[in-house]
Amino acid sequence: MLSAEEWGIVTLSLKVSGVAILCSLPLAFALAWLLARRDFPGKVVLDGIIHLPLVLPPVVTGWMLLLAFAPQGPLGALLIDLFGGTVLFRWTGAAISAAVMALPLMVRAMRISIAAVDTRLESAARTLGAGPWRVFRTITLPLSLPGLIAGAVLGFARALGEFGATITFVSNIPGETQTLPLAIYSKLQVPGSDAAILRLAGISVLLALAALIASEMLTRRAGRGLHVL
Amino acid sequence: MFFEVDVERRVGDAMVACRFSAPDGLTMLFGPSGAGKTSTLNMIAGLLTPERGRIVVNGRTLFDSASGVNLPPERRGAGYVFQEPRLFPHLRVRANLLYGARGAGEELDRLTDVLGIGHLLARWPRTLSGGEARRVAIARALLSLPGFLLLDEPLSSLDRPRREEIMTVIERVRDDLRLPILMVTHDHGEAERLATRIVEI
Repeated sequence: MLSAEEWGIVTLSLKVSGVAILCSLPLAFALAWLLARRDFPGKVVLDGIIHLPLVLPPVVTGWMLLLAFAPQGPLGALLIDLFGGTVLFRWTGAAISAAVMALPLMVRAMRISIAAVDTRLESAARTLGAGPWRVFRTITLPLSLPGLIAGAVLGFARALGEFGATITFVSNIPGETQTLPLAIYSKLQVPGSDAAILRLAGISVLLALAALIASEMLTRRAGRGLHVL
Repeated sequence: MFFEVDVERRVGDAMVACRFSAPDGLTMLFGPSGAGKTSTLNMIAGLLTPERGRIVVNGRTLFDSASGVNLPPERRGAGYVFQEPRLFPHLRVRANLLYGARGAGEELDRLTDVLGIGHLLARWPRTLSGGEARRVAIARALLSLPGFLLLDEPLSSLDRPRREEIMTVIERVRDDLRLPILMVTHDHGEAERLATRIVEI
């Protein structure tokens, strides 16, 4: 069974990933909607920026976060002004890097499902007296729900596995920023930790698998009663 | 005149220009496929913005390029029955009917009675036949208490008995509810039988 230290690692990982996804979900969905439904100047650039973490070396993303959130950095100074604190070397910083790395995957899944919502249904709703916001709430959102859920779970799984940007941005501090992959990495440096590594790696596999299965089941449930105009 | 329409817009490669005025009753927009009949309905419903022109219904200006009036679809009071039923797939028939419903609940009972869809209320739209879905779509549009009705080929892709059924429904809306109707068709028989006035496009 797991030791207290290992339980701590698992719960920290879940907390970091959970907070990362829940907080970035509205932003991801808004971006996905914007990319799926609107044409505006600079759309290609915005699309590129969102996808950057997917193709950049994670260590570069982590370094850029470090620059931005350093006390003299633009976002770091803002946080000190607003809250008097910093996210550097804190679990909140780990959540930020996890969110940034998960964002492109979330936006991709959501964008596809929003684009698949028939705009003819939306215009039918408009003629029935619903304003744009009500149409979004009652038609667009529920019909793209499977993609929203799939995107969130995919992002969650990605956040659980986040390594490079996190270790660069908030370092590898046991109990604060040492999530599962970072803990496994640390243990790899210590001879004789094979049993611990095996347990942590096994948990990684289980969590990722559980996330994917949950996503599949939720998608199916949300898809009930759909299809056919 | 109830409908005063004068609109122009490029749709794809074609120029759609349509100008007519019509009294209440049922006005048939009649013409071959691709003449811009559906585009004209969309412009009246506010789903497509004309490049130039003016749309006045029952004395109310819905669109006027000269004075910059352009009411959003939800404020035009159009009951639009599209060529496809466009029922919301994630809502059961009852919720579809109530989506835009205004006014009292008796209205729902009365209309579902008239249209013979009372037994379908708990069903999902994907389980309906073509004729059933069409009747639900008509009821849904009527329940939003529109000021006028737009019907886009409401009889297409139905077999003969279903066509007869829907035609009777349309006649009742025209005569009993006295709702002004603008209907698009390319079928001469339909136009002759239902129309109080025919506009050729």
